Amino acid sequence: MGIEDFLAAIPWEKIIIQTVNGIVTGMILALIASGLTLIFGIMDVVNFAHGELFMLGAYIGVVVMATSGSFWLALVIATLVIALLGAALQITTLRPLLGRDPLTTILATFGLSLVLQNYALWQFGPVARKIQEPFTGYFTLFYLEYPWYRLLIAALSAGIIGAFWLFLKYGKYGVWIRATTQDRVMAQAMGIPVPWVHTGAFAIGAGMAAASGVLFGPLVGVNHAMGVDWILKAFIVVVVGGMGSLGGSIAASIFISLLEAYASIWVSPAQAVIVSFVVLILTLLFRPTGLFVPTPK
Amino acid sequence: MSPDPKPMEPLVALEDVHTYYGKSHILHGVSLHVDRGEVVGLLGRNGVGKSTTLKTIMGLVHPNRGKVLFAGSPVTGLPAHKLARLGIGYVPEDRRIFRLLTVMENLRTGLDRHGVTEARKQELLDKAFAYFPVLAERRNQAGGTLSGGEQQMLAIARAMMLEPKIILLDEPTEGLMPRMVSQIRQIIDVLRRDGVAILLVEQNVPLTLEASERVYIMEKGVVRHHAAASDLKVNDAVIHQYLGV
Repeated sequence: MGIEDFLAAIPWEKIIIQTVNGIVTGMILALIASGLTLIFGIMDVVNFAHGELFMLGAYIGVVVMATSGSFWLALVIATLVIALLGAALQITTLRPLLGRDPLTTILATFGLSLVLQNYALWQFGPVARKIQEPFTGYFTLFYLEYPWYRLLIAALSAGIIGAFWLFLKYGKYGVWIRATTQDRVMAQAMGIPVPWVHTGAFAIGAGMAAASGVLFGPLVGVNHAMGVDWILKAFIVVVVGGMGSLGGSIAASIFISLLEAYASIWVSPAQAVIVSFVVLILTLLFRPTGLFVPTPK
Repeated sequence: MSPDPKPMEPLVALEDVHTYYGKSHILHGVSLHVDRGEVVGLLGRNGVGKSTTLKTIMGLVHPNRGKVLFAGSPVTGLPAHKLARLGIGYVPEDRRIFRLLTVMENLRTGLDRHGVTEARKQELLDKAFAYFPVLAERRNQAGGTLSGGEQQMLAIARAMMLEPKIILLDEPTEGLMPRMVSQIRQIIDVLRRDGVAILLVEQNVPLTLEASERVYIMEKGVVRHHAAASDLKVNDAVIHQYLGV
């Protein structure tokens, strides 16, 4: 077989389509994982309820859409409501556990996730709801009619992550968050109200999860279990990216989503998920501090 | 703002303070005080509870028994961030620079307080940069990339951003070159001239005796000796007995 045959055998069109798909899912995943990694980095809490904040965000989006008809209003209100809910949950369940064995916070957030999931089931029922996308245009990508909305999701997610990054870099509270993440005790000795910084960080993470829930809502049905798949993937991304590293999580989100997208050219999308786990296992075996962080000294 | 300390009360006082780390009893009834604008030395061998005494004042560990008073009011059990806002600055033994934050951001952690005007912030920064010009040069460099001496300067400058009434200095000269040591010595004098009280924990006995007005000597979690620094300078026996030097 000559090189030309080999090149001809590569499905270039599919690869380009899957690159776009991978970036779109990667950006949504990055939005979820950024919140998760922020929360882990600052208070060493693995938030098992993060997927449920994503799911509840989507439901609030459904409710606000139904009453106001505005997707953008739904996005903003869902983000704010879930941020407030996150703050309330942090104050009532996590703050009293700070500094205890990590197992206690794992159990607490796992319990929260069960409660929230069943609340959603009870409140909204088992039938999936739909969020209408704000516009329905398509453009032609080879043989596909590709929805513009998907590109909008990627752009909006990138915008939210970018704004979050600017806030962390330049904002007064952003500096507080980074200082507290690095050294909780010294931050406190510098007059930073660490318990409230924790609450604020949790609220921001929760709000970002809710925003991704509303953005992602139009692509799938909104149901009480929608958080589960995403949170699993977000955990993989946080570990592969390097626990607590924001840039690492974003890079890993896109990396893993692209790998899965390419894999599903040849295998079914359900099987393509295996790729994430393979990456996770390889990372844990050979570079347990994460793929996308500098080698620790 | 906190009310100004009443002139007659000591600025900081410990009364019979007992502090534990888990089950180990570290401070066995420490009593000491620091007056406004006073430099007080705290000497003793390793592991006698000097650093724990500072941490107890800062509210980083809470005593099981006894009282901590700030300007006459009890502050026992207050969280550290409230004590910092009351006017206690802390320069820990290992400096604890925020390594990934730039020099400027390290300083901002103490500057971005409620009620500090932009003009005042600039004044405080100018003052710190005047004392420590090297920090001005490296203002955009990550704290972790500074040398040990520069990190010590940053730790002190960072505490100064709180406009503290007292700074708790834990072994500021440890591991520093002689040139840096004399610079730290000078900054202690500058702070005193500005009316900032200092509680100085040091292994460097001559420096402590020179910089301080009074000295407490600790042994096994209690204060064993209390004297004017000038008396100890001429009384080697006490120093020898408790510090073995």
